[in-house]
Amino acid sequence: MSVGEIRVAINSDQDIVSARQKGRAMASELGFSSGDATLIATAISELARNIVSYARKGQITLKGVHGSSRVGIVVIASDDGPGILDIRQALRDGFSTSGSLGLGLPGVRRLMDEFEIDSQPGRGTIVAVKKWRQ
Amino acid sequence: MPRREGTPTPPDPKRTEEPSELLRELVAHLRQNRTQLREEWVVRITETRLLTAMTKEEIFAEATSVYDSYVEALETEAFEALQAYARNLSERIIPRGVETHEVVGIVLLLRDVLARSLFAKYQNDFKKLNRILDAYEPAANRIANTVAVGFVQERERVIRQQQEAIRELSTPVLQVRERLLILPIIGVIDPQRARQLTEQLLRGIRTNRAKVVVIDITGVAAMDLTVANNLVQTVEASRLLGATVIVTGLSPEIAQTLVTIGVDLGKMNTVGDLQGGIEQAERLLGYKVEKLAEPR
Amino acid sequence: MEVPILKQGAVLIATFQAALSDADLNQLRMGLVQQVVKFRSRAVIVDVTAMDVMDSFASRTLREIAHMIRLRGAETVIVGIQPEVAFAMVQLGLTLEGVATALDLEEGLAYLNEKFKTTS
Repeated sequence: MSVGEIRVAINSDQDIVSARQKGRAMASELGFSSGDATLIATAISELARNIVSYARKGQITLKGVHGSSRVGIVVIASDDGPGILDIRQALRDGFSTSGSLGLGLPGVRRLMDEFEIDSQPGRGTIVAVKKWRQ
Repeated sequence: MPRREGTPTPPDPKRTEEPSELLRELVAHLRQNRTQLREEWVVRITETRLLTAMTKEEIFAEATSVYDSYVEALETEAFEALQAYARNLSERIIPRGVETHEVVGIVLLLRDVLARSLFAKYQNDFKKLNRILDAYEPAANRIANTVAVGFVQERERVIRQQQEAIRELSTPVLQVRERLLILPIIGVIDPQRARQLTEQLLRGIRTNRAKVVVIDITGVAAMDLTVANNLVQTVEASRLLGATVIVTGLSPEIAQTLVTIGVDLGKMNTVGDLQGGIEQAERLLGYKVEKLAEPR
Repeated sequence: MEVPILKQGAVLIATFQAALSDADLNQLRMGLVQQVVKFRSRAVIVDVTAMDVMDSFASRTLREIAHMIRLRGAETVIVGIQPEVAFAMVQLGLTLEGVATALDLEEGLAYLNEKFKTTS
């Protein structure tokens, strides 16, 4: 089985919906449980929303990964927006933030298994997250 | 067509037998002395106190098939049959409590017994002995490896299966009354189990249309930050489905931990013990439980 | 995609049909509050059974709806959150604190009936 790469351009809030729907479809195709597919779709939604809110436009890339003994999905959110000044601060939160405004990155980190971020002020942001099939 | 082009030529072709030729000789020797060598091996197994979970007859029977598969693997240099046999053997002996070191031990013993018999046979021709051992050792090691790996894989499979079964058993979502579920949690909660538990409970709430859930954690030995947060999340997720959660059986130690790590107990509806929890749940559901008469 | 709002007695029922965009949600927020004023409704039920993802924006919008409606003296109940969606929400720290929830429409209506009984 091979699942290729899907790129979704994020230019408006409409694209958030289509990005997460494509993500869910790919996750299901890769054999993720529907519970996991929901977690993945939710993470995509958050990442895509960050792009719309802070960078206006960017891209979500979805990829299946086939390791030696496991299968996973990678979601990469990239933009050329203003970037993040203080990454550590952006990743901090109390465990039960009640959905107040914010980047939502700590939440995305909890939804997924692996989380990487690269950002510099003025140079855009790349967030790459991964989830492995159980 | 030039013969054997590209294959390295042995340094002294007229004197040195091919390894396969040596193996054939070896196999013939092992077949000839089958009864005696097998006997010796069984004696060594008993002496070393291996396979104590099995009777003498059983050991002998298994030893015979292992011996024959062993010789066959040497002869054919095909390990699939041996692999299948190792798996089959493991399947039979794992439930008897045979340990990994025993299986590895007996295969190594057989290797030694056979090597000794080779020493005895070729003691007057040291060069030949060396060449025979050159052919024998890699094959023997590969056999030992195959059997050991086969056993361990089978064991892991059994363990996985048991874990699965235990996990299923260890998170029973019980309906005690219409709209009331009880989830008794016993033992250690790791993140994986916590997640499974939450998912099962949420599904249970939906299928049973539960309004109140009593989570009893009397049987939970310890709780760290992660587990505590999982519990809080379970409570919150249940509420999103419209169900109220009552947590019972919170030991003073766990309560202490939760307060220390800053878990907001105010969000959690806690009642001392399971009975109290069920009583409160019944009140929430509008039940009034009364004793009809004193039991005689 | 617009969210249909159904009036049933003193209760307004908004049913999410499928995945909604931010614009749809914003529209719903305005629409609901206007109708609560117009019909002097006592309560609003938002049925999210069809929502396959509830992210921070959707969750925040629901809370804002509930708060605005409370300012009009009415009650809001969110019904139909799916088990998997609820699990993802709490992972994100979205708990809809202070907003009433029920299993489904039937339960939501039962909850409101009970509530109206005791308050009137």
